[in-house]
Amino acid sequence: MLYAVAVFAPLLGSAIAGLFGRAIGDRAAQAVTILCMVLASICGVTAFVQLVYLGAPSGMVVLGDWVQAGSFHVSWALHYDTLSAVMVAMVTCVATLIHIYSVGYMSHDHSIARFFSYLSLFSFAMLMLVSADNLLQLFFGWEGVGLASYLLIGFWYDRPSACAAAMKAFIVNRVGDLGFAVGIALVFTLFGSIEFGSIFANVPAHMDATYHLLGHDWRAYEVVGILLFIGAMGKSAQIGLHVWLPDAMEGPTPVSALIHAATMVTAGVFLMARFSPVLDYAPGAMAFVTFIGATTALFAATVGCVQNDIKRVIAYSTCSQLGYMFVAAGVGAYQASIFHLLTHAFFKALLFLTAGSVIHAMSDEQDMRRMGGIWRLIPFTYAMMWIGNLALGGVFPFAGYFSKDAIVEAAWAAHTGIGQYGFWCTLIAAFLTAFYSWRLLIMTFHGTPRADHHVMQHVHESPPVMLVPLALLGVGAVVAGFVFRDQLIGADWQAFWGSSIQIAPGNHVLRDMEDLPAWVTLSPSVLGLLGIATAYLFYMIRPEIPPRLAAAFPAGYRFLLNKWYFDELYGVVLVAPFRALARLLWQVGDVTLIDGVPNGLAALTAGGSARVVRLQTGSIAVYAFSMLIGLVVLVSVFLLFLR
Amino acid sequence: MNAAGFPVLSLVTWLPIVGCLVIMSIRGDEETVAANARWTALWTSLIVFVVSLVLWVRFDAADPGFQFVESAAWLPQWGITYKLGVDGISVLFVLLATLLTPICILASWESVRVRVREYMLAFLVLETMMVGMFAALDFVVFYMFFEGVLIPMYLIIGVWGGQRRVYAAMKFFLYTLAGSVLMLLALLAMWYQAGTTDIPTLLRTPFPAHMQTWLFLAFLASFAVKVPMWPVHTWLPDAHVEAPTAGSVILAGVLLKMGGYGFLRFSLPMLPIASAHLAPLMFTLSVVAVIYTSFVAFAQTDMKKLIAYSSVAHMGIVTIGIFTANMQGVSGAMFQMLSHGIVSAALFLCVGVVYDRVHTREIARYGGLADRMPAYAAVFMLFTMASIGLPGTSGFVGEFLVLVGAFQVNFWLAVLGSLGMILGAAYALWLYRRIIFGGITRDDLRAILDLSPREIAVFAPLAVLTLWMGVFPSSFSGFWDAAVGAMVERHQAALHLSTLLAAVTPQ
Repeated sequence: MLYAVAVFAPLLGSAIAGLFGRAIGDRAAQAVTILCMVLASICGVTAFVQLVYLGAPSGMVVLGDWVQAGSFHVSWALHYDTLSAVMVAMVTCVATLIHIYSVGYMSHDHSIARFFSYLSLFSFAMLMLVSADNLLQLFFGWEGVGLASYLLIGFWYDRPSACAAAMKAFIVNRVGDLGFAVGIALVFTLFGSIEFGSIFANVPAHMDATYHLLGHDWRAYEVVGILLFIGAMGKSAQIGLHVWLPDAMEGPTPVSALIHAATMVTAGVFLMARFSPVLDYAPGAMAFVTFIGATTALFAATVGCVQNDIKRVIAYSTCSQLGYMFVAAGVGAYQASIFHLLTHAFFKALLFLTAGSVIHAMSDEQDMRRMGGIWRLIPFTYAMMWIGNLALGGVFPFAGYFSKDAIVEAAWAAHTGIGQYGFWCTLIAAFLTAFYSWRLLIMTFHGTPRADHHVMQHVHESPPVMLVPLALLGVGAVVAGFVFRDQLIGADWQAFWGSSIQIAPGNHVLRDMEDLPAWVTLSPSVLGLLGIATAYLFYMIRPEIPPRLAAAFPAGYRFLLNKWYFDELYGVVLVAPFRALARLLWQVGDVTLIDGVPNGLAALTAGGSARVVRLQTGSIAVYAFSMLIGLVVLVSVFLLFLR
Repeated sequence: MNAAGFPVLSLVTWLPIVGCLVIMSIRGDEETVAANARWTALWTSLIVFVVSLVLWVRFDAADPGFQFVESAAWLPQWGITYKLGVDGISVLFVLLATLLTPICILASWESVRVRVREYMLAFLVLETMMVGMFAALDFVVFYMFFEGVLIPMYLIIGVWGGQRRVYAAMKFFLYTLAGSVLMLLALLAMWYQAGTTDIPTLLRTPFPAHMQTWLFLAFLASFAVKVPMWPVHTWLPDAHVEAPTAGSVILAGVLLKMGGYGFLRFSLPMLPIASAHLAPLMFTLSVVAVIYTSFVAFAQTDMKKLIAYSSVAHMGIVTIGIFTANMQGVSGAMFQMLSHGIVSAALFLCVGVVYDRVHTREIARYGGLADRMPAYAAVFMLFTMASIGLPGTSGFVGEFLVLVGAFQVNFWLAVLGSLGMILGAAYALWLYRRIIFGGITRDDLRAILDLSPREIAVFAPLAVLTLWMGVFPSSFSGFWDAAVGAMVERHQAALHLSTLLAAVTPQ
């Protein structure tokens, strides 16, 4: 019951603020949504504690029938197990803090009620996603966060760039969603049900089922894994379908924090963990997951090193960290992927909100090249940025240290070729992560002020309503790692996760992680520190190095600055042909060819009758003459055939 | 025999004609006539709607057969009876027609200023024809109503339409009529074969396999135009663009469903072998419709044309679902038809709202309406999302069930048919962005007014239904579960029988 309140309270808040926002005013709308969120987080945390520590039984809360057609039957139901409960607790807490922060950040906006309504709607959709009891309801939440992110990214709808980014996010996500939807259909065909309970109970029965596709019989679980992962790639911005994420920075900063930290982008990782009982028997698909995850982790980190927009750097960092999570899931360490998801939620929300605090202080400036020299002016924000960076960079004992190291180690411990690929990619990415994090820190806060004098005069620390959430997230970024490490990925992980994560009997990754060569365990930390040192050298001691490097390798620099030219590629390969084809099909296909037939027929008829009309001249002589001709023709034909 | 205790179907069918008689008897100056005609039409259609709710309440969902059946001798020497009845497949279409008629009348309240009396007459006659078509249980009666629909619709487009109304009306009429002629031939052939035009009897009559193919093609000619399927769809954009708002609403909401209903009532159950044989053709045409018209929709510069093309794409999903001939596919097709009836009707009403204010459908003329018309923006957003099949709205359920049904037939059918998920999002959001988002650049848009109470009353029931169908779809699909289940079962049995026969007959 508490659990249902945790899920539905945000919906209530969203509906009240959205429908009656004008009537009750901005203050009341804020109060209602925040109250609902606070209520939700209290209930969410309580439900989590009850389940994991007080021994409450897991189960489900059935709310009613949803879709029904023959044997296809889906209910509205909430799934209550550790995986869902831990996600609900995390989402409600982080979302509540972001709500509170937004009170300060959005105070000068002119449609506050609408903003809070969207935020709560977003939270609700994410909660539905993580608490779903079947794939279709998960898809409901999945698309729900898609809608809410569309609305939030396009919140400032009078900016063309925001509208474009919102559309891009929705459409790119839809590409992944198509794969997901087809995957659901395959699961139904295979298992005869899409409810988690009955799917997971029947996993052994369909172990050898095959699915014929492209002239080859594949193991059905592999196909399921690939299709679901295509969905996850869209939502979690993996390479190829990542293009929407950096543009999503067009939304207000709290939105970026919500989308890129606690919710939405983590949905794909959650899906992998939720479906672990099936996916762990799909080694081919999971190798693909590892490959994409590792590539994304490295790719996004390289791009993050040269961006100049403070939010874009953090966005690419999110993209990269999600790659880490998929590497973990791909090698079978689902626990580690969720562990990183949790710690990442805290420190990434912290980083975004800190960036928001900086932007707030710098009169809405986002370009780091026009910042610098402000650390004494906003010391609290500065301290929080340090905490966030230490956690992201994986420095002991901050949260990221535990979770990121676990992933790098798991990749090694997989003892597979693709695991090795994941290991080296994530290791290099660890170096780059530390580098771009401190590059951001130094460019933003240190050096000589590069903003104009007018802006510098207004630099001020944010109000308490923004700083308190920062402080709380900071606490999370410090402690979440060592508090949860042993429970989530320790030897008796099963005591914590219960049956919510099930792995194949042959999967020993977590156990093997305990027993690794020392250099494997140490290398992420060492490389992280090296990255920090490099950034310090490049941007503090010898700031002339980066421009010189860029000048020395112009092609490489432009390649990174333009994000590997993905947008340009898609523009040429997809968007432009799409528009051209659309016009072609319309003007040539419909107007000329298809409409040509009836219009031509009509013209023929009209023309024909016009000629017939012209025959009727009214002249008796002409009529008599044509009768005569007709008679002659008739008689000739008659004779011709009689003879 | 009749669960309602009174001839409810005849009442629902013919009451609008009574309203017509009342309207025709109105005397007075033009203003009085117009006002009285409006109110009479509104009240008539509302009463009809309330009476038709009897069907909702008293319908026995567990019974797969025809209910509320009433029959009277009409031409006994020809075996033709006046027979009405509904089953799970038709009952909600009757309700859809009775629901949309008052909404149309309300939507035309201020926008129609000339020949108001005749306009209202046309709509009431149209209601009679639509309801009769869905309720008819005799093929000849069905055919008369099916063709009868054309006349008022032709007049609505041709008299109250836009610039090129005559071209559009003629095109609409000729296209649909040309198809119907072939259906008439099929009707005669079936009559000779079965000796009756009674639909329940025809449903039990096995037609020889070679005959089925010809009958199927004849039906296809008629229903494909109505749906409309690619490549006979081009009458629809023209008709929509020229029709008055309410005409578009009823055209998209109900008239397009006549084709799908025809496939479900005649082609699939009466001609199972031909349906199975020609299913690949139907799938191909449908997939082309989904992809092709989604592309074309994207290129449009006229709001109504864009939505018209999106209708073709959405109806492509319906025809895929019908010919999968499995429970999920057919059920999804039913759901998609009802959902499209609500959502596309609402979208055309959305166009009507701004057309009434600015008098243009040119997309480029708009932009930035969110600032001045927040309620309108919200309503438009809801229906846009329903149109692109967001879960939680009605559009999702049908699309997804068809996907599941199609997947059981063929992987690529499912994938290609569902490409509409992506393409639909592209053109719908692109439309929304250009109209609602952005800054206001034109002066006449600065003073534009948000929804009036009358318009809110028009949208409210549709919005409620959209969400209701999305969140509790089983309260609708429950109506046809039994009927569709029985139909799918009969279909499988017939196919099974035919393969058995083929096995024992020497070739």
